[in-house]
Amino acid sequence: MRGILLSFLAFMLLNPAAAARGTGDLGLFIERASSSVQIVETSGNTSIASVDGLGDLSHASVVYSRDARYAYVFGRDGGLSKVDILDAKLSGRTLQSGNSIGGAISQDGRLVAVSNYKPGGVKVFNADTLELVADIPATYGSNQQRSKVIGLVDAPGHKFVFSLWDADEIWVLDMSQQTRPEIQKFKAIGRNPYDALITSDGRYYIAGLFGEDGMALLDLWNLAAGVKRILPNYGRGEQKLPVYKMPHLEGWAVAGDLAFVPAVGRHEVLVINMRDWQEAGRIKVHGQPIFVMARPDGRQVWVNFALPDNDTIQVIDTQSLEIVRQLKPGKGVLHMEFEPRGEEVWLSVRDEGRVEVYDTHTFERKTSIPASKPSGIFFTARAHRIGL
Amino acid sequence: MTRSFWLALSFLVAAPLGANDSISSSRQADLRNLLIQDCGSCHGLQMKGGLGPALLPRMLQGKSAEYLSRVILDGRPGTAMPPWRSLLTPVEARWMADRLLQEDL
Repeated sequence: MRGILLSFLAFMLLNPAAAARGTGDLGLFIERASSSVQIVETSGNTSIASVDGLGDLSHASVVYSRDARYAYVFGRDGGLSKVDILDAKLSGRTLQSGNSIGGAISQDGRLVAVSNYKPGGVKVFNADTLELVADIPATYGSNQQRSKVIGLVDAPGHKFVFSLWDADEIWVLDMSQQTRPEIQKFKAIGRNPYDALITSDGRYYIAGLFGEDGMALLDLWNLAAGVKRILPNYGRGEQKLPVYKMPHLEGWAVAGDLAFVPAVGRHEVLVINMRDWQEAGRIKVHGQPIFVMARPDGRQVWVNFALPDNDTIQVIDTQSLEIVRQLKPGKGVLHMEFEPRGEEVWLSVRDEGRVEVYDTHTFERKTSIPASKPSGIFFTARAHRIGL
Repeated sequence: MTRSFWLALSFLVAAPLGANDSISSSRQADLRNLLIQDCGSCHGLQMKGGLGPALLPRMLQGKSAEYLSRVILDGRPGTAMPPWRSLLTPVEARWMADRLLQEDL
């Protein structure tokens, strides 16, 4: 029965003339061992097609075009691929650097920016044609060295914001005039920013620091105030654990005034009060958190972990700040993605070769989809959210 | 080249070093997965580099297996390279160093 449904859906997808279809319940997940993505739909929780030839997809991430038809896949090998998820085909690809880490799409959907490790910097492309629009080398210091760039996000006002891992800087790139990009630099923001996020209203950009305690906060509504350090005393003087995987700051796990972020090198999730940016609590968790993600309604926060605890998920209730559930989906839980209204969540379980779907109310496993070393999962609802 | 070819080769090459005597074949499969997937998170699935440097055999020329296993076990303080001592034995670290020096993963 499922096979029939699957082939029916594939038929509809591959034959645009056969049936019109929306993309609101579509998405994809990365298969990092096979340089491919599987296109999935969340109404029936099935895989409907696969697209390959996408290069080295370790640490690959995705943004969507504003019509939610095209997925821009940022590969580790510097490949920027444009995947048509309706026709299930590659509709453009450029090898734009030697080594890249992620990307963003502009507010108007016309520009796609990629953050690169080698050569360090940001490149901005035309979202339709993938032609280069701007090349922004991340140079710093008296020798004009180039820094690896991380934490690239879009911001209102045709801006991109990103951080320089080696240079300890945050740059705001204004692309209002495509031929004359303007850059505002903020220096000495804290040692080794490792990732960053922007709040869903596009106002606050926050970079996590690997090289010292605390986080760097930039208010984009008040750039003149500069970068402010928050949680400066967090963990000072304590011996950190070895960090086997960098935490990720993706989206912004928020419930009411509280934000939840992973602590670096500690078995804790930090709770921040966004009214005054003070620490509001620390939640003891099973291991070193990697992703700390809120269900879209903000009632639950789901957490996965670095080695050797990456077989486990914990669920935090945001009212009581207590762990209400622990799941063991299997070895190598790499990523989670909630369906747009949060009734189900998809998990990639890399070492078991499965992507699994759980009910977020009953915590029951609903389905399991075979996959080749699955990692990031990305649904089209991201197309209409600032910073994703 | 198939995976089984490399596995067979790794037995042949590593055998004289004596490292295989104490690592079961299932543990070797785990270590290989760790090397590609988890070390690969920072160094690239094909060891071409990322947040961490490239670790291709030609990049590592002149570095000894002893040195590399020490870096694996103790990390590099002041960088993002963590010490793996709590997850790996010295024999296992040496096995991984040998893989990096001898193979295109």
